[in-house]
Amino acid sequence: MLEIKNLHARVGDKDILNGLDLAVGKGEVHAIMGPNGSGKSTLAHVLAGRPGYTVTAGTVLYRGRDLLALPPEERAREGVFLAFQYPVEIPGVSNVYFLKAAKNAILRHRGLPEMDAMDFLALVKEKAKLVEIDETLVKRAVNEGFSGGEKKRNEIFQMAVLEPTLAVLDETDSGLDIDALRIVASGVNQLRGPERSMVVVTHYQRLLNHIVPDFVHVLVEGRIVRSGGKEMALELEERGYSWLEKEPAPAAAPAAR
Amino acid sequence: MMAVAEERLLLRAGLGERARRLAESAPGWLGRRRAAALARFEERGFPTTREEAWRKTSVAPIARTAFRPADAPRDAGAAVAAASLPGSGEARIVFVNGRHVPELSSPAPAGVEALSLRGLLARDPDRLSPLLGEVLGDRGHVFADLNTALFEDGAAVLVAPGAAPAVPVHLVHVSTGGDGEPAASFPRTLVVAGRGSEATVVESYRGPGGAAYLTVPVSEALLEDGARLDHYRLQDEGDAAFHVSTFAVRQGRDTGFTDHSISLGAALSRHDLDQVFAGEGGECTLNGLFLADGTRHTDTHTRIDHAVPHCASRELYKGVLDGSARGVFDGLIVVRKGAQKTDAWQTNKNLLLSRQALVDSTPRLEILADDVKCRHGSTTGQLDPGALFYLRSRGISEAAARSLLIYAFASDLVHRLRVESLRRAVEAHLRSHLAGAREVEEALP
Repeated sequence: MLEIKNLHARVGDKDILNGLDLAVGKGEVHAIMGPNGSGKSTLAHVLAGRPGYTVTAGTVLYRGRDLLALPPEERAREGVFLAFQYPVEIPGVSNVYFLKAAKNAILRHRGLPEMDAMDFLALVKEKAKLVEIDETLVKRAVNEGFSGGEKKRNEIFQMAVLEPTLAVLDETDSGLDIDALRIVASGVNQLRGPERSMVVVTHYQRLLNHIVPDFVHVLVEGRIVRSGGKEMALELEERGYSWLEKEPAPAAAPAAR
Repeated sequence: MMAVAEERLLLRAGLGERARRLAESAPGWLGRRRAAALARFEERGFPTTREEAWRKTSVAPIARTAFRPADAPRDAGAAVAAASLPGSGEARIVFVNGRHVPELSSPAPAGVEALSLRGLLARDPDRLSPLLGEVLGDRGHVFADLNTALFEDGAAVLVAPGAAPAVPVHLVHVSTGGDGEPAASFPRTLVVAGRGSEATVVESYRGPGGAAYLTVPVSEALLEDGARLDHYRLQDEGDAAFHVSTFAVRQGRDTGFTDHSISLGAALSRHDLDQVFAGEGGECTLNGLFLADGTRHTDTHTRIDHAVPHCASRELYKGVLDGSARGVFDGLIVVRKGAQKTDAWQTNKNLLLSRQALVDSTPRLEILADDVKCRHGSTTGQLDPGALFYLRSRGISEAAARSLLIYAFASDLVHRLRVESLRRAVEAHLRSHLAGAREVEEALP
């Protein structure tokens, strides 16, 4: 599904990713953990194609194609979705109408029939239920005046509507209280499936109690220094990250495919 | 002297003779006003960029052109059909090249007289003598003088005291562009909102693309005590046209005035809105939107005069500039000595879509009273890159994402247009100028 090799990236004149390797198989959920400033969010944005994030070396293959060659909208149409850590408020742009345009752009790209207003509203109803988000909320302007929790739920709602094959969740747990976290996580879990891979970026282990990953990787200074199963998250919770920062980087051990 | 030569050029092209004939044939009071206005123009000539009010806008392209008076059109019906705005639920009074066309106009709603100025002056020469030119006074610039000297016709919209007409009165102004020869028209409008009345008046100005014609409208609105007037103005002239307009408003006691001014067209446009509170308890809301691309130039000057205490004004103007277009917003709020409890608020927000586009924004406050609440602000910026990326990350193309954000920027002003024909015209203009049409259509309600 996703194969990242020796990825180097910089933001402005600062090198953030320094030779990152990661392989994500179909249907797998990978957690990327690490201390602040280790490059977790940069990885998420590089995968989505954010302007200003420059890849200086390495390759990213997505379903066998060069992902880095595509503009952000093409990546989305090919099935990549980024759930933002800080979703943007866009006054004057309707959340549900823009989402319909996005959905149909994706369907057109894949040569599939477009959805009419009726079908789309039925889809909205169904998916809003999934993430327990108020239907009137999703019909307002994009994220305008939403609480922190509502914004995160709206991200998962959009993901549910767009049905990506690779979802990258950037610190989806940040700023959520435990109830909101449970709702968001349950939404994400219902979207897990054999055809959909996920990369879950998080600083804290608590999200992984709810979204149980198949693999956990620790990112330090722009490289993955340790990989393991879900139990590794607990170890990190207990011991913190500092012992890994001091340890010399071992040969990256990409998860079994 | 350059100014003299240029003003001669304009008057030589038939307008000088026309002005003298109009002054002679008018009722005495109007003849004197016309002659005085012409004399002022001959003396002052066109403004230059050395004058403070014209520092950012050069009218040299107008001064260099020998405009002749726009004739009555051979086929008014075709011109109006070509420039017609879709929409219903309004009474339309149609003017072509500044002249009333009764056969294309609909009857005014109950409670309003909507008359041809020319007809009214012929039938009842003295009825307008205390009104026409009264609100404008001597505050107008030389283009207003040109209008006074040269208007052939126009509209008198007289709302009866206490009346609340059921539909808006829409003054539809269409120019034919002058058949290859530059032509000028000078439409005049007088609105009197009688005591305690409630009415909506719309002015729209349109014309063909590619023709270098000139439109110089002057409108005056007088709100008698307790009146409410919603006024809309659409400048959607052809892309090679010149449009220099003046709107003077006087509000009596306890009046409510709302203006929506939309500027979409013309190669060079200038609008002066000059408002004054003449009675306490007045409220005034000015909303405006100006859009320009290519090498077009659009200038709005507003002046709100808190001459008396206990009045409130709200002003929001937005500009969107693309290509190497230039926008000017100059908003002055005057709070006179003794105008206590004034509450004034003014905002100008501009969006620049290219590196070459430019806007000059000058919000100004002159406050001579001490117990007042006044705020003003101005922001100019580009599209938010974070919002652009957010939309693109969902599959929306870059062109469509930009268009959606531009539309969103203008939309709060567009949604405030409660006259259907106008709102639809502005929406259609916006949509036709936005790239990524298919996705944009889908993403707009």
